[in-house]
Amino acid sequence: MRLLNASGCLDALTAPEVARELDAYVTKTVTPLPREGNAPVRIAETDVGMLNAIGLANPGVDAFVAEHLPRIAELGVPLWVSVGGFSVEDYAHVARRVGERDEVDALELNLSCPNVDEVPENVWEVVAAVRGVTSKPLYAKLSAAVPDLGGLARAAESAGADGLSLVNTVRGLALDERTLRPVLARGAGGLSGPALRPVALAAVYACFRDTPLPIVGMGGVATGRDALELLAAGASDVAVGTALFSDPGAVGRIRSELEAELSAAGFANADNAVGAAHDAGGSTLDQRSRLLVEKPLHMGANMAG
Amino acid sequence: MPKRERRRVVGSEQVGPYTLLRLDRGGLDAGLPGQFFMLEAPGRLLPRPMSVCLAEPSELAFLIDPIGPGTRALCALEPGERIGVLGPLGNGFRLDVERPLLVGGGIGVAPFPYLSQRLGGPPAILGFRSAWHAEAAALVPNAEVVLEPTYVTEVLPPGHDVLACGPEPMLQAVRRLTPHAQLAWEAPMACGYGACYGCAVEIDGELRRLCVEGPVLAAA
Repeated sequence: MRLLNASGCLDALTAPEVARELDAYVTKTVTPLPREGNAPVRIAETDVGMLNAIGLANPGVDAFVAEHLPRIAELGVPLWVSVGGFSVEDYAHVARRVGERDEVDALELNLSCPNVDEVPENVWEVVAAVRGVTSKPLYAKLSAAVPDLGGLARAAESAGADGLSLVNTVRGLALDERTLRPVLARGAGGLSGPALRPVALAAVYACFRDTPLPIVGMGGVATGRDALELLAAGASDVAVGTALFSDPGAVGRIRSELEAELSAAGFANADNAVGAAHDAGGSTLDQRSRLLVEKPLHMGANMAG
Repeated sequence: MPKRERRRVVGSEQVGPYTLLRLDRGGLDAGLPGQFFMLEAPGRLLPRPMSVCLAEPSELAFLIDPIGPGTRALCALEPGERIGVLGPLGNGFRLDVERPLLVGGGIGVAPFPYLSQRLGGPPAILGFRSAWHAEAAALVPNAEVVLEPTYVTEVLPPGHDVLACGPEPMLQAVRRLTPHAQLAWEAPMACGYGACYGCAVEIDGELRRLCVEGPVLAAA
């Protein structure tokens, strides 16, 4: 089990101490050309989470590879690059450029940014095109706001993805307290934070059943308990996003909280908790023994009831 | 980068419509005037950025305008309660100026008491919406107050090194008159340390992350 940051929620160059706490650092999405991003206002808080409409601000792949990549690599943290674009060719271009660099350990394909007007073509085509230009591990980052997430996950798998990142933000809107106009200049934005937690759990739970791909679970993780639940739903790694904004020490804190949660729940380690929420139960000794302990209790309750 | 710490509220007082929130300073570095802290707003997801208003040996104070749920939660804090604080963050005012003049509007006066102290009490021109709002001017020594419909830019004397903080239209007007002014900008922020990209402001057609490039920027 690794703890990562969610893409776009940490700049390793302005906060290297935070990046060093991670098992892998995921960059903000890189596109072929530089992007300033959307006009302000770009963020808003709601009662259940936050909205952002940054709009994939990034230096473009040329400047990223020439200037940013060498400096990020100096941190000594395994590096995942989030790859974005507006066509199959865009994704393949960025993936080829970053995929040929030794500093890069994996690529995450951002197939689900809610804050740009141009949506990528279908998941299968993008993943297959990128698979053709790099042998680095490929994670497909999907949104839960689709009619058939399992279908998309299977498409990513059949096109050659090595894993899934679940989930990206879902679209939300906040209105100004006084004017009743949208707070964000763009109108709607991507909702993250606590509101996304059950959405992420459901997505991870479904994709764990639908594909054998390893899953990086993310969405509102703020405590060790949140991380444990994503593991139980089927994630093998966990990423922290919005919680980093209020607490740059969140990664270290969540890591130690998770250890306590795992041991309280009777798991020898995090990997043993993966998939524990599923009926089929675990395949490890720890989980089997756990089921053996619990089963008689449940039966007893049923018989009594 | 500084570490997030929990600090105790030691006082909270009304200054016109604003609240002066005093926190136990402990070992916190106050930073330079114009730098800011992210203050945990109880019950809210995100902390709120506040520039240091007063830096005493035993406490740091922040002047807060209750304009939304987060700032209202901060203004409702009572002595003895604790909140998480992260700072000092960002870039403050340069203090190597020969003829300083502080120019502020509304809640933009927040960093001036500390700035004034560090500059030895220079003159200040402060604009407010009403006499009630102008009660905050009492925190700033040597202050001349103007009330709407008069604007600070109408009474700005020439020949000074201007250090300004206030609403964006005021800052834009100040920089037109004094091209070398230092301006403290404001934007909503989620993190305060460069992670969220939320605090970008457009200055001369370029988007800049205020928390790492500002909040104090040279006008020219």
